[in-house]
Amino acid sequence: MLSKEEILSFLEEIPDPEIPVISIVELGVVRDVLPSGKNIEVIITPTYSGCPAMKQMEDDVRKKLKEKGFEEIKITTTYSPPWTTDWLSEEAKLKLQKYGIAPPEESTTDKSFLTGKHKAITCPRCKSKNTVMISQFGSTACKALYQCKDCLEAFDYFKCI
Amino acid sequence: MTKQEALFNYTLRLADNSLILAQRLCEWTSKGPFLEEDLALTNISLDIFGRAKSLLEYAARVEGKGRTEDTLAFFRNDRQFTNNLICEQENGDYAKTMVRQAMIDCFDLMLYTELSKSKDETIAGIAAKSIKEITYHKRHSFSWVDRFGNGTEESKTRAQNALNELWRFSGEFFETDEAEQLLLKEGISVDVKAFKEKWEKEMVALFEKAGLTLPENTFMQTGGRKGIHTEHLAYLLAEMQALPRMYPDAKW
Repeated sequence: MLSKEEILSFLEEIPDPEIPVISIVELGVVRDVLPSGKNIEVIITPTYSGCPAMKQMEDDVRKKLKEKGFEEIKITTTYSPPWTTDWLSEEAKLKLQKYGIAPPEESTTDKSFLTGKHKAITCPRCKSKNTVMISQFGSTACKALYQCKDCLEAFDYFKCI
Repeated sequence: MTKQEALFNYTLRLADNSLILAQRLCEWTSKGPFLEEDLALTNISLDIFGRAKSLLEYAARVEGKGRTEDTLAFFRNDRQFTNNLICEQENGDYAKTMVRQAMIDCFDLMLYTELSKSKDETIAGIAAKSIKEITYHKRHSFSWVDRFGNGTEESKTRAQNALNELWRFSGEFFETDEAEQLLLKEGISVDVKAFKEKWEKEMVALFEKAGLTLPENTFMQTGGRKGIHTEHLAYLLAEMQALPRMYPDAKW
């Protein structure tokens, strides 16, 4: 029988549908895999309640596990504990930055998210900290829109929740 | 009323409040005052739709009669919806949409913070997830009320008109019913009356900061819980439900 680690490595091959440089495992959406012979249960959690990519991720998980020989695949959604950007690994954050998305710069434990006081966000292109928020909401639920005042490029910031 | 019936009614009402508000907000899609606000409202609407979906799924599971989140959303008539009247009010201008949102965000944040301690694990889980999102929404709506109130004469007048029109729907937030009372004893629902004063204080502080005044001697509207709605809900449902009712086999 396959180990959890092996199964997770299969799921590592599934990119996030909106941000293809990181996998759904790195994103923290896959919470657990519970294999039992030829059957398996996968526990996932949504990044945002209304994330429209969840259905796509479920379909991708099913397809991948079918390819790997599993027969009955059950996908269960859990809301607890709620997803947080703290689950993104340093490696994943670096990948985001290379892709042009500024990774979350704060930890949710410092509460700056709640008070609205942000640390300076680094421009993913020119690394300047001279940036300004254009919009609290961006192209997807998980991002806000910023602009760099040095290179003048607008960029997405992965909101810290 | 059994505990199961109470839990179904209670969860469905939480879902209805989210679903109807989300549908209203998405009416702004492509019509926002500028691009960033268009994106903001679409995102906020999406979060609230997500919450509605989770709650509807759970309500359907609790009921256990084969209904799904889709049949609950699309195949009930206006009299069977139990959302608060404020959620179904028309968007009006942007000041009205934002005053409505600020009132609801402030209430929802208190409600879901309490619900995250519910003894019902599913409700507690959905609530814990929602807190983060509502916090973000509230920052947005509060900042707009402040901006409108302290903006031009025109924006202030519009925000004041919105407040005059919407305040009469705030009494409904703090009503309770049999289902809620029953679940309160079980540690599942929360006592909304316990944070009424706190909510009013926060609202008054926001409106004072924005230079707006609360209307006096307001007669509080009621009826949502009993399925007695303002005329606006039926029109909203007609649009929201048209496709699945015309093509019941449609899949998406």
